[in-house]
Amino acid sequence: MRFRLALMLALILLPGTAMLLLAVPPSSGMITGKVTYTGTPPKMKVIDMAKEPGCAKEHATDPVHFESVVTGPADALEWVVVYVSAGDKGSPAPAQTVRYDQKGCQYLPHVAVMQPNQPLEIFNSDGWAHNIHPMPKVNSEWNKSQPPGTPPIMAKWEKPEFIPVKCNIHPWMHGYFIVINTSHYSVTGKDGDFSLKGLPPGKYTVTAWQEQYTSQSQEVTIAGSETKTVNFVFKVLPY
Amino acid sequence: MKSNAIVFVLLLGAAGLLLTAGAGPCWAQIDINIHTVTGPMESHIGNVTGYSQQGRAYYRRYCIGCHGPNGDGDGENAMWFDTTMGFAKPRDFTAAVFKCRSTPTGTLPTDQDLFDAMTRGFVTTNMPQWRPLTEDKRADLVAFIKSFSTKWETQKAGTPINIPPETPINIESILRGRELFQKLECWKCHGPEGHGDGPAASTLTDDKGNPIRPYNFSIGSRFKCGETNHDLYRIFMTGLDGSPMPSFADLIKPNDAWDLVHFLRTLQPLETPEAALWKPYFAAHGKEIKPIGPEAPGGGN
Repeated sequence: MRFRLALMLALILLPGTAMLLLAVPPSSGMITGKVTYTGTPPKMKVIDMAKEPGCAKEHATDPVHFESVVTGPADALEWVVVYVSAGDKGSPAPAQTVRYDQKGCQYLPHVAVMQPNQPLEIFNSDGWAHNIHPMPKVNSEWNKSQPPGTPPIMAKWEKPEFIPVKCNIHPWMHGYFIVINTSHYSVTGKDGDFSLKGLPPGKYTVTAWQEQYTSQSQEVTIAGSETKTVNFVFKVLPY
Repeated sequence: MKSNAIVFVLLLGAAGLLLTAGAGPCWAQIDINIHTVTGPMESHIGNVTGYSQQGRAYYRRYCIGCHGPNGDGDGENAMWFDTTMGFAKPRDFTAAVFKCRSTPTGTLPTDQDLFDAMTRGFVTTNMPQWRPLTEDKRADLVAFIKSFSTKWETQKAGTPINIPPETPINIESILRGRELFQKLECWKCHGPEGHGDGPAASTLTDDKGNPIRPYNFSIGSRFKCGETNHDLYRIFMTGLDGSPMPSFADLIKPNDAWDLVHFLRTLQPLETPEAALWKPYFAAHGKEIKPIGPEAPGGGN
């Protein structure tokens, strides 16, 4: 008798809990914050594009600076990749294509983030040739020429890695492909702000990467659908 | 008396043993420890199979001075290779990135590619030809070189690019090749006359940040990766990975690439069939031909 009761209870309770679990709304935990610097940042030099007259002409009135340390108002640090480096269970690579452009002898964007095996499309919007030369160590290095008017170069990276990209013809062109195993990432803009959305409850390590300085990490625990704030401060040197 | 003689002989024997034993550690001291990262490797060159266990001894004998005990190109001689004078540093085998390949950019070379590169050496660098070593030994060395990177365990060599039979050498082909040289902006590095003095030449660096020069066609007959028309075809189609030279395989149609080969041959100080056609043609029509460079169509301005 008692066994039957237990069985009945189990039959009701088990699917019940299962349905409850399934009915949980999409994860809405969030980590937001700001990346700033202390100290004196190095002065970014103006890029002399005289060797590519077309590019020099394009930037004649508004010269382009190097982008290895870019700052914004209120000590904000730009081009910092903030991402969940541990605690994320991972997700399949999105089918959405990451676009990387070469325009006016610059990489747009300077830093592009993608997941392993996510499609990457590289465009040349200039009227002259570039060579796209990503220099990974873990993934396979390649180097392809892309004259004007040729179709975009399709690529993808198999393994997580921070890959510097350069153009040998225009040695000032420097960019990064950031290949990480998470969809929770953010690249800071002029304001240094970032937000990592859609996090289920759990314990996370959040890492901030800047190309010139040592990466920093912080532990953050998200309960329910709360929003937590963490900030990163990079010590910068003027040289 | 008799026992004294026995003691003497025994002492002499002991002294002899000590002396020979003393010679042992000397060998051990020059036995440099080589650091590889994979298990035993094989190479297949035609019918010859190379074994890394065999190649190890040859590497220690012939290669270690430049390529180093770790295979990272940092042997004791490497510091004397002045890259500002155009001498490339020894290859870093731990990166498994190779210039001379028959395979597309971003893929590992075939065993035959490594064998050929070792055999012919690298002109304008300190890497000599290794023809004096038997084919077996060279095959063993190819196998051993692969034991410096785990990429040889996780990846397969690329599929060699398809090279169609050479098209006829004629003025039309040379002129089409000349247009490609202009349009694809080869001159940006190699210079309008192929002297290796284009606008981007002075700032070129290899993957390690060392200065590297674009090939100067006016200095000779051999290239880093060969000397025949086929070799030349392969060089620009696959690119030289690890160097600034990109791959053009996606940009030039297989037959059109022969046009570029034919034009490049006219830039060399050689008595080639291409030069024999080009010299009189240029003497007669030189004034009508637009010079290569930024002012010509495709020059970027």
